[in-house]
This record gives sequence, structure tokens and C-alpha cells, in this order.
Amino acid sequence: MPHFQETDGSGVLLLAAGDTVAVASCQLSAGASREINATTIVLQANVDVGHKFAVRKIKAGERIVKYGAPIGVATRDIEAGEYVHTHNMASEYLPTYTLEQGHTFVREADPG
Amino acid sequence: MITGYLRGDGRKGIRNNILVVYLVECAHHVAREIAYPWRHAGAQVLGFSGCYPNAHAHKMLERLCTHPNVGAALLVSLGCEGFNKGELAEAVRRSGRPTKLAVIQDSGGTRKTIAEGQTWIEQTLKQLERTPRSPLAVNELVVGTKCGGSDATSGLTANPAMGRAFDFLVEQGAACIFEETGELIGMENWMAERAATPELGREIIQTVAKAAKYYATMGHASFAPGNADGGLTTIEEKSLGAYAKSGQSVISGILKPGDAPLRGGLYLMDMIPDGEVRWGFPNINDNVEVAELIACGSHLVLFSTGRGSVVGSAVSPVLKICANPKTYQRMSDDMDVDAGRILDGRATLDDVGREIYELVLAVAGGEPSKSEALGHQEFQVLYKSFEPLGPACFPSAA
Repeated sequence: MPHFQETDGSGVLLLAAGDTVAVASCQLSAGASREINATTIVLQANVDVGHKFAVRKIKAGERIVKYGAPIGVATRDIEAGEYVHTHNMASEYLPTYTLEQGHTFVREADPG
Repeated sequence: MITGYLRGDGRKGIRNNILVVYLVECAHHVAREIAYPWRHAGAQVLGFSGCYPNAHAHKMLERLCTHPNVGAALLVSLGCEGFNKGELAEAVRRSGRPTKLAVIQDSGGTRKTIAEGQTWIEQTLKQLERTPRSPLAVNELVVGTKCGGSDATSGLTANPAMGRAFDFLVEQGAACIFEETGELIGMENWMAERAATPELGREIIQTVAKAAKYYATMGHASFAPGNADGGLTTIEEKSLGAYAKSGQSVISGILKPGDAPLRGGLYLMDMIPDGEVRWGFPNINDNVEVAELIACGSHLVLFSTGRGSVVGSAVSPVLKICANPKTYQRMSDDMDVDAGRILDGRATLDDVGREIYELVLAVAGGEPSKSEALGHQEFQVLYKSFEPLGPACFPSAA
């Protein structure tokens, strides 16, 4: 497992070279821009601590990589700077359930 | 230097607890009432709810009653439950510990059993004051690790920091146990590469495959809705963070709940029942696994949380490693370590790993953990069945 990469203080953690998502280590606001892998990424939405966003365009069906490991598959095309979560990615192993729509378990879409 | 409590079997504990053990839910209230006056003085309640006997539950209670942190055990039976109480009482007696079996139906009901039990606790606590003490070296410690109420920071701060603490402990010869094979789905091949032997590596892959099959049949993984609120999207992503708890050491073997490691090193505990899927969820809550880690001999358990779990345990202290700096601000009374400092650069992973290591030694030396001081003693044992470990699971014993 690649070693944890310490933050540079910009509120963004890229955990391993080649990762397609980065993690917010502080609350990041929509419109904020960050230099990642020599590219300027503009955030399309607010990203809370521990949540993640795409650092490049990810095509539907492509594996999403964090910490150097695949963590799921894009269920639709994802743009650089876009927030990545259950609405646009899914597990390759088991479905994810969330507590949306009141208190009913909702099964998120399977990989496309 | 840690001064432990020396038991008749030569093992050493870091606490000198007296257990009040209910052998069926119907005896739970009486057990709780017996222990109540000494609930902050070392008397702890645990037990098994089920009336039907179960070999795993029996082994769990036997290993916990004879755990190095336990000095004596009072068994409280209703009288008609299926638990083999005679065999358990005999096992505790054989270990050299004071024990008593109180049967509510024979003693004449609730009030008389409580009085009888409390008289015994009062006498036995005095007897426990004379427990011999002995120096306890780091290489005699067994430490478990678990995460609960995880969010995306758990895998970034607290889990890798606990992994660093595990590396330091294993270097000193301690036995460290990680688990949650259901949360290691997707990590099996990396783990296999870290196994002491190729045969053990194959066993590790099989234990994770068993977990994946079990959870797929149940329809839910250990992924809770709160995990998604915290930023985790999939079981693989959660696994990656959970895996970081294991640190970087060679994996020396696999244990099943209640199996004690024979020597130092890093072990994987496999808590998914063997055989067909028939026992329901194998970890209906975090306390089930904490109890199983303790039944393997863990003197204390490192517990990381991002969302903010408050649980502790009977028998062994639980140390709460808080991953999320916001949660730490809100719930610092419950948290032993603020690992979220890593996120904003106030500390490095090594700093926090070292802090956890030092705290393990301090708590082993008698300092109470936060959950311990608050009186947390959550506990649960489930119906399960296990096949014995194969030789490949314990290569160092061969």
C-alpha cells in the first residue's frame, strides 16, 4: 500500500500518483481552483472534509482510483473538478445503501 | 515498566476485573443488579442472550472468564437455559480463579440471588486485592484493532496511525490483531503478498472470499448509510481505509474468535462463520467484534472513529482514536487521541502513531482510557459456528 502523502496545506490530498480522485482535507467551495498534477482543477461543487472530486475526466465504466487502488466504477461520465460520490460511481463488489428519501434504504444504481 | 496481574496459568493481565456473567437473557437483570454497586470498582457484566446452546458462544464466555484481565467470575443462570453452565464453571475453576455458579431458580428468585451474588462479590473483591503482581513486558501484550462509525477521514488519519502503532508494537514483539474481513474486500491480494507463507496467503484470500459471499447473501455489507454521509462511496473504498489499520508488518497467522496468538506478530482475525450462511449478520454492531478480539486475548483494543463512536467494552480497555478533527472538537470527552491533526498538518502520521503506542503503554500501566473512565462496558456475543483453523493459518506454530 502506498504511504500516506501529507497535505501541502491547500486542503487537497492526492493519496497516490495516478489517482483519478483527490480528497478534501478541509471544506472546499464550488469555484475554488487547485493545481493538481500541473493542471488547474476548478471545483464544480462544495466538497466537504473526507469527500472527493475528480482530478481528470473519467469516462462512464472507467475504474476510479484512490490510494493507488480501484474503489469502484464511474456510472456516467465525470468531468475534472466534479464531486464524486454515490450519484456517479458504484461498487464492483456490493451495492451501496444510503439513507435518502426519509429513512428508507435506497439501493444506489449498479455499475452501468 | 508495566506491572501486570499474574494469573495461575502464567498469563498476565493489565486489569483485575470481576465478571458477573448471565448465561441467558433471562438472568441479565439479576446479573446487572448484583454488579451495580461495584460498577466503577471492577465488577463488569457480560453474557450470552440465547437459550439454545452454541459452541462458539460457550468458547467466547470461557475465554473471557479466563482472560488475563479477569480475576474472578460469578456465573448467573436462570436454571432451565441450554447453556452448559457446569462445564463453564469447571473451566473457570481449573484456571485457578475464584468462581461461583448462582442459579436463580434454585436460590429462590431475584431478591435472594442478588443478595447471594453480592455477598460473594464483596468477599471476592477483597481476595482479588491479594493478586500477585509481576512485570509485564511489551512482548507479552496482545492488542486488537477495530474501526466503527467510520467516515472518509478514518482511512486517512486514525487507521494508518493505528497501523503505525501496530508496526511499533510488533517490532517490540507484541501480538497485534486486526480483523473485519468484510471490510477488507478488494484488499485480499495485497494482504496475501504480506503473508508469512504462500499457504497463509491463499488462506487469507479464502477468508475474504468467504466474507464477500456471506455479505452478498445477507444483502448488506458492513457499509452503513453514515459511511456515505462521511464521504465513502463503496465497500472497496471503505476497505482501503480499514486495511490501513494493519500497518506494514508481515502477517503471521489467522485467528478465529477465542484463539489466542501463540507468540508476537500481526494476526488477522476471521470472524465470519464457516459453512453455509445461516447465522444472520456476523457483526450486527461494533461490540461483537470488540468482544471477539478480547476473547483472542487482547489486553486492550484500539478503536478508530470518524463519525464519533462512544463505545467501550467489558474485560479490556478500549482506546478511542478520533479520525475527524471536527468530531474531536464536538466529542473530545470520549476520545483518547486526536488523529485528525494529520489532516491539517498539525502532526505527522508517525507523531500520532507514536502517541498511540505510548498511550497503549500508559493504559496497560493502569491509566484508564476515556471510555473506561466513563463506565462504558458494551458487550455482545452472537450465535456462530466455526471450523478449527487449518495448519496453514498458523505457519509459525508448525
